[in-house]
Amino acid sequence: MIEVQNLRRCFGPVVAVDDISFAAGKGDVLGFLGPNGAGKSTAMKMLACFLSPDGGTASVCGHDIITDPVAVRRCIGYLAENAPAYNEMTVAGFLDFVCDARQIRGAARKQAVERILSICSIESVYHQTIETLSKGYRRRVGLAQALIHDPQVLILDEPTDGLDPNQKHEVRELINQMAQEKCIIVSTHILEEVEQVCNRTIIIARGKILVDSTPGKLTEEHGCSLTEVFRKITTTKKSA
Amino acid sequence: MQGFLAVLKRELKGYFATPVAYVFLVIFLFAAGLWPFIQKFFEIQQADLRLFFSNLPVLFMVFVPAVAMRLWAEERKSGSIELLLTLPITVPQAVLGKFFAAWAFLGIALLLTFPLPWVVNYLGDPDMGQIVTGYLGSFLMAGGFLAIGSFFSALTKNQVISFILSVVACTILVFADNPTTLDYLSSTLSPAIASIAENLSFKAHFESIMRGVVEFKDIAYFVILIAAWVYASTLILEERKAN
Repeated sequence: MIEVQNLRRCFGPVVAVDDISFAAGKGDVLGFLGPNGAGKSTAMKMLACFLSPDGGTASVCGHDIITDPVAVRRCIGYLAENAPAYNEMTVAGFLDFVCDARQIRGAARKQAVERILSICSIESVYHQTIETLSKGYRRRVGLAQALIHDPQVLILDEPTDGLDPNQKHEVRELINQMAQEKCIIVSTHILEEVEQVCNRTIIIARGKILVDSTPGKLTEEHGCSLTEVFRKITTTKKSA
Repeated sequence: MQGFLAVLKRELKGYFATPVAYVFLVIFLFAAGLWPFIQKFFEIQQADLRLFFSNLPVLFMVFVPAVAMRLWAEERKSGSIELLLTLPITVPQAVLGKFFAAWAFLGIALLLTFPLPWVVNYLGDPDMGQIVTGYLGSFLMAGGFLAIGSFFSALTKNQVISFILSVVACTILVFADNPTTLDYLSSTLSPAIASIAENLSFKAHFESIMRGVVEFKDIAYFVILIAAWVYASTLILEERKAN
């Protein structure tokens, strides 16, 4: 469902994403790992067609991100870092706007909103303005926005960042529930999360893919925990 | 089209969801209504709205950039632009949606000045055609200011900077045909440049529409001005949305 070919992006002299290629299909939950500034978010932004690549391309559900970005966005659900939203709107108004933009109308809209409210457990704040919500609820509203059209591909940039342990658990459960029918990319710093939800891991540092494997294989090969594997890989390659 | 409508609807609702709309409307209507009376609206004893309309360029110079400054600057600062532009909405759709929402809002502000024509109509027998073209000209002029404001709002993340830059740009366009400016330009540079400045200024075009003369060149001036600045906003946004 996702095919990335030699994707590259620079910000001035800094190469944020350097020639990465990978593919992911239905049922894949891909964990994007890497130190801060490794290029995880940049890569995800390019897949969500927010940033245009300087080189290479990618396709999502058969649509090219450069030639047909609107079709790509239609089949993607994207949760950006920090879950941006319109703070002055109520959750109801916000979801209404997202439905407008995604052309979900009439009975289908009512159904979609009802479904998403219970999936993300945000019924209780439905009429509240977003700026009054706690971080956990804001994140869930962001998730609701990304899931409302039941996309085939989900791109979640640090979906559990800033949540309490219970909320983290809920988000992971949610990802696990959806894993089979969708293709999901999750970026995270939390390595236990990778072990719990991902069936594939890509470790990125300084814009390059260092490892493309599964969490199980990684710990087996190196004979230590994922945290140690991560430290080993990202620090040794940096000094080399 | 769907994306355009979604943005338009959200923006227009957004004005009334915050105090922005009400504060703006109250102050604008107060200023626009008060000024003609300070200029002896009754004493002149003329049943027309010349005084009201001729103050609008100066009022708009400050009020329209105040509406326009948040269009993109706020969106970029809060990061919600990343949400907006990862929905199936293109940059031109978003720019036009926001522009027309803000323009409609200014249209509402103009319509709410209806007591003035009503009073004039009650007291005398004004030329209603002239009043209608006056409103048309004011609306077009508001669109021109707004397009400039939209551009400067796309240029920076900081609303204050965007406000100041667009006030300056609007001021230049309003006062470009000032006799002193024109004299200075024609004596130091050349009369040709003075004539360019005169034709580029808002006021000349606005005033002829206001007098009831709707000429193609004046309408075309505002349409081209709006189209050019709005197009420039889309270019700037494509370039800078992620910075």
